Amino acid sequence: MKAFASRAGWAALALLGAAALAHVAMARGETLNALWLITAAVCVYLIAYRFYAAWIAANVLAIDATRATPAERLNNGRDYVPTNRWVVFGHHFAAIAGPGPLVGPTLAAQFGYLPGTLWILIGAVLGGAVQDMVTLFLSTRRNGRSLGQMARDEIGAIGGTAAMIGTFLIMIILIAVLGLVVVNAMKHSPWGTSTVAATIPIAMLVGVYMRYLRPGRVLEASLLGVVLLLASVVFGGWVDHHPVLGALFDHEGLPLAFGVIVYGFAAAVLPVWLLLAPRDYLSTFMKLGTVLMLAIAILWLRPEIHMPAITPFIDGTGPIFGGKLFPFVFITIACGAISGFHALIASGTTPKLITSECDIRMIGYGAMLLESFVAIMAMIAATVLEPGVYFAINSPAGVVGKEALDAVNTISSWGYEVTVAQMQHLASAMGENTLFARTGGAPSLAVGMASILGTVFGEHLLALWYHFAIMFEAIFILTTLDAGTRVGRFMLQDMLGNLHPKLGETSYTPSVILTSALVVAGWGYFLYIGVIDPNGGVNILWPLFGIANQMLAAIALSVATGVLIKSSKLSKAWMTGMPLMWLLTITTTAAYEKICSDDVRVGFFAAANDLSYKLSSGLLPPEKAAVAPQLIFNQQLDAWLTLFFVLMLWVVVLDMLRMSWRTLTGQSVLPSSETPYVVSRLN
Amino acid sequence: MTRPLTLFWQRIRQLSGDDAYERYLAHYAEHHADAGAPAPLTRAAFFKQWQDQKWTGIKRCC
Repeated sequence: MKAFASRAGWAALALLGAAALAHVAMARGETLNALWLITAAVCVYLIAYRFYAAWIAANVLAIDATRATPAERLNNGRDYVPTNRWVVFGHHFAAIAGPGPLVGPTLAAQFGYLPGTLWILIGAVLGGAVQDMVTLFLSTRRNGRSLGQMARDEIGAIGGTAAMIGTFLIMIILIAVLGLVVVNAMKHSPWGTSTVAATIPIAMLVGVYMRYLRPGRVLEASLLGVVLLLASVVFGGWVDHHPVLGALFDHEGLPLAFGVIVYGFAAAVLPVWLLLAPRDYLSTFMKLGTVLMLAIAILWLRPEIHMPAITPFIDGTGPIFGGKLFPFVFITIACGAISGFHALIASGTTPKLITSECDIRMIGYGAMLLESFVAIMAMIAATVLEPGVYFAINSPAGVVGKEALDAVNTISSWGYEVTVAQMQHLASAMGENTLFARTGGAPSLAVGMASILGTVFGEHLLALWYHFAIMFEAIFILTTLDAGTRVGRFMLQDMLGNLHPKLGETSYTPSVILTSALVVAGWGYFLYIGVIDPNGGVNILWPLFGIANQMLAAIALSVATGVLIKSSKLSKAWMTGMPLMWLLTITTTAAYEKICSDDVRVGFFAAANDLSYKLSSGLLPPEKAAVAPQLIFNQQLDAWLTLFFVLMLWVVVLDMLRMSWRTLTGQSVLPSSETPYVVSRLN
Repeated sequence: MTRPLTLFWQRIRQLSGDDAYERYLAHYAEHHADAGAPAPLTRAAFFKQWQDQKWTGIKRCC
């Protein structure tokens, strides 16, 4: 009887999900209620988790509850500690969910809400969550080894090296593009800039508090920090109206970019306890709190989505980034659907905390579903805006024109009505000077969040909500920037240590300064170019980041597929092989278009040639001619970088296929690095 | 009635690391408390070590 009730319940859920999904896909009315998206998403997640993830865990991975995990066998009270599964879930989710799932869907909304939403759902359920869970499983069976080590142990040296170089380069590009998002959010916004600046001393105060004043009192210190952060948002409104202070925090993009670069260097060199660790606490609390608040607000308010299901920009003429729906929607939304970076977390701290193999499904698969849900909420926040407003905020001046009137005329000519008065009214309601051409996704997400949260929690507080959202995004973007620069520094020190042992010592000051400066110079360069590029820089950097991130995901899935084939599970290897093939297709197509396309907004070489032609024929105004040589060099560099990513990807995949072929034909391959079975004494 | 709340509070403390020192002392008492072993670290010293170790390696993602 109970079994029947359970079956009936799941069948009802499946029907509900199918109906919601069909409505989301077929609805062609003026607006669509966001609740349809939420319902479709939640049903898809529940069914995938209950059936697909459970099937993978039981039949493909053969999860064994009696097998002792590394946390149990190697328990040292420090990094290997058997931990409650909800606590591990919290740690894992806080580690994987960064600004990526907020920015990607916001940009991809230029194609309409439907393509991005479908990719977020399907990609997460069949790709991203599978990758995270399988990587977590493999690493748990190998004492928590990293993705790079597993690639080396299971496939060969090439895979390991590719994973390492890939990680390093992704870090550089990721930090640059995130830095650009923050710079664009702070540009000519004294309120935003002063609030973001205030997070630095607040984090330091919290750091000193939990290190010296009340050692280890993490919650107390974080509470203090959160209160101060909220106060800084309110205080920013006062700064905004102050004649002297307002001017002090009112800057162009370039000085702000240099500020971020100097800050990044300082954060990498300063001790972790002073800035990075306390900021991370604050950003984690803010992140969890805001995501929860947004979910409640969306459920309560059930806002209408004004963006059409599909826009004409699927033909590749979109203003926010160039390129057709296929493959660029899959590159633009990486985090939230499938993100290779997660494989590094799933093969880092998390496997060393898992008490029982049975927790792997909930932590690996479940946490990714939650991140995917965050991406769906970001999509809703972007698409509840009037499309005209959305495009006015997100289109770079180089595409729609520098003057407000030009911009509204261009955007209205696409059929998305918007007026200068409307934009001015919106900007003043949000406490900003202007909202035109505020690219990077953060301002439009903040407007969307403010209009959702403002309706529930107070309409007259729109400006406060807007700047709260900006602060919330900035604080964990800066955490990623600090942490990423630091990781880049460690990796570089590790590589340089092979050349000269002294440089490999993480506490050797000249090496710390040298490697930090190199890493900061790396992302600082891309950030600088992104700021001086009249097309907004996001158009170049975000696809590059997406390609790099999907490449890393493909490496993780190659390792997983290789291990499955090696352990005689060929018939089930499609489970990771299918998303791998899809990633290969989209990454290779995207890379091909970014390198070879004739469209100057897609092809790097096409853009470089176009610009050199205009420069040599004197067609450029003087201020553009001055920066043109740098932009030309950058476009060429980006093309080579893309080629490098895609070559590396194919090398790893072919190496995996070579290894699989040898396995299947009975030739010798590297032995499995799985640790032997030890019976668990827990329970 | 208060039990779920207590449990929730425990989880929050564990998640944030607020109770890390207490867990360390418990681990110490269980595994390293034999005669002649060095005394456990002070709260401040433990927290320093814990924090420095927490931030080596990739801990945050996109």
